[in-house]
Amino acid sequence: MEAVFTRTPTFKDCPTHYCPGCGHGIAHRLIAETIDELGIRDRTIGIAPVGCSVLAYNYLDVDMIEVAHGRAPAVATGMKRTNPDKIIFSYQGDGDLAAIGTAEIIHAAHRAEQITVIFINNAVFGMTGGQMAPTTVLGQVTATTQQGREATDQGYPLQISELLAVLPGAIYVERCALSGPAQVRKAKKAIKHAFELQVSDAQGLSLVEVLSPCPTYWRMTPAKAMEWIEKEMTKVFPLGRLKD
Amino acid sequence: MSPVTKSTAMKNMIEKGQISNRTSERVLMCGNEALGEAAIIAGCDAYFGYPITPQNEVTAYMSRRMPEEGRVFIQSESELAAINMVFGASATGKRAMTSSSSPGISLMQEGISYLAGAELPAVVVNVMRGGPGLGNIAPSQGDYFQATRGGGHGDYRTIVLGPSSVQELVDCMPLAFDLADQYRMTVVVLADGILGQMMEPIVLDKKSGRLTAENAEDKEKKLKLNSANSAVKALSRKMPPKDWALTGAKYRPQNIIRSLWLDEGVLEKLNYKLQAKYEQVQKNEVLCEEYEVDDAEIVVVAYGVAARIVRGAVNKAREEGIKAGWIRPITLWPFPTEQISKAADEFRIFLTVEMSNGQMVEDVKLAVAGKVPVLFYGRPAGGVPTVDEILDKIRQLSIPAKS
Repeated sequence: MEAVFTRTPTFKDCPTHYCPGCGHGIAHRLIAETIDELGIRDRTIGIAPVGCSVLAYNYLDVDMIEVAHGRAPAVATGMKRTNPDKIIFSYQGDGDLAAIGTAEIIHAAHRAEQITVIFINNAVFGMTGGQMAPTTVLGQVTATTQQGREATDQGYPLQISELLAVLPGAIYVERCALSGPAQVRKAKKAIKHAFELQVSDAQGLSLVEVLSPCPTYWRMTPAKAMEWIEKEMTKVFPLGRLKD
Repeated sequence: MSPVTKSTAMKNMIEKGQISNRTSERVLMCGNEALGEAAIIAGCDAYFGYPITPQNEVTAYMSRRMPEEGRVFIQSESELAAINMVFGASATGKRAMTSSSSPGISLMQEGISYLAGAELPAVVVNVMRGGPGLGNIAPSQGDYFQATRGGGHGDYRTIVLGPSSVQELVDCMPLAFDLADQYRMTVVVLADGILGQMMEPIVLDKKSGRLTAENAEDKEKKLKLNSANSAVKALSRKMPPKDWALTGAKYRPQNIIRSLWLDEGVLEKLNYKLQAKYEQVQKNEVLCEEYEVDDAEIVVVAYGVAARIVRGAVNKAREEGIKAGWIRPITLWPFPTEQISKAADEFRIFLTVEMSNGQMVEDVKLAVAGKVPVLFYGRPAGGVPTVDEILDKIRQLSIPAKS
């Protein structure tokens, strides 16, 4: 019988530590598939963030490094500039990239670093217990916004992709979601495009923002979490290609 | 002469082949530029830095020279970014460095802790200025604690070199890169505003470069020759292979560089491994210089630029018939504890002189271990002790010693 779907080799054959319904597993697989389809496994270096996906190297079978919270784009810069033939990607959450690491991501884009950034936006700090992230939407209840986020107290959700898209050094910015098979297919296309740009030596930074479910800290079932992305998150974080 | 003029002169010499045609050349350079050139000769692949006085000549010099050599220079958006760029380049097996001055080095402490956890080599030059806070841009030795104790979190060490002349600063650079690679540690070169800004004639050994088994012996001879007045020495080091580096998992399983170890007992084990490494460094890498200690009743301990002033004061004291000598630690960590302890076996008074309110004096006290008195004289935050001030101190101490 012909196998119509198999595990892609760069995605390791092991259980993950992620919660049921978490989006990281899907996002990891999309990256692994991309690496295998482009045939770049033996020249790819990945950067794991601080957060739930700090252990991404347990699942992605490429050379990987763990870095300080938010500093991945600086580390990627050091790697790519000294190794222009390597494919460098960072995998960062919204606490990592949109809070503590805003300077690093903005300046990596500003310098037109030839790196690929996969930005997982699940609107909370996951690993530390579901605290407010800059991307938390208004009204969202988190460990540190127990009455719901209010603009007057905690400000507005930070739209990183829109911010980056205006920089000449960011050559590709797209926001996708993992809220259903159709969206996942679009996300795969975007991730692949972002890597392809680096492979083709395009002169700038490519970033794919991925709206990803966190059922645990959204206090929802996995199915409800997928719905919430479509109904609530995309209102604040509209999907689509912001720049190419 | 402005730094720009110096650079141009240097460039012209290189372009005309007046320097590169020879294996070594005697040139006049300021410390900041000289350390940059020495790093290039030592095989530095990438320099990342952020402007801060009094080390701006390093960044400017490297911005011109690194691209000339086909190597990497980036002016980062912050010192946080600079040290993390070093982290990235080092993780791929490249020789990487950054330089800064005190407030910038404070910002780099996070990265230095991660470098220690991940066991990555790095060279960090601190051209110290006055603190705390924004302080001033005058030379200071106020960062001794930060450099030797580690300003970052966790149970780690960095090797700290404290050169006292521009020549020694130059000699420290290849040594720093070699030590960093050999032990997979951060090596801090602790200079100060005087050393960075001061122009001195130096011998640049164009052929030193990266140590290999073949050129190690050759290089050792040359370094000894260049550093005739100091004890800086190059051991015949054999650099371990960088098989841990991230180069793409080609024909091998994936390499992972990490500092997070959540499983019970694993981090404790790693820390014992680091400790064993640090003990090796303490055993093998201590450098210090002694002068007239044998019959000395007063031993002055000082490092860096302060040691040069001490030298003058001790010579004058000897002229006055006071039996004074000095010990100059070159590695501040590992500290020459044994050498100082040995000197304290006979009764003499120790005087530590620093351009701070007293930091290294604690290490001297630990080494002396209460055997004999340890006194301190220093001036903080831009205050530079004079020969006369130190001589006065020595005179005061010599009275009870003589009676």
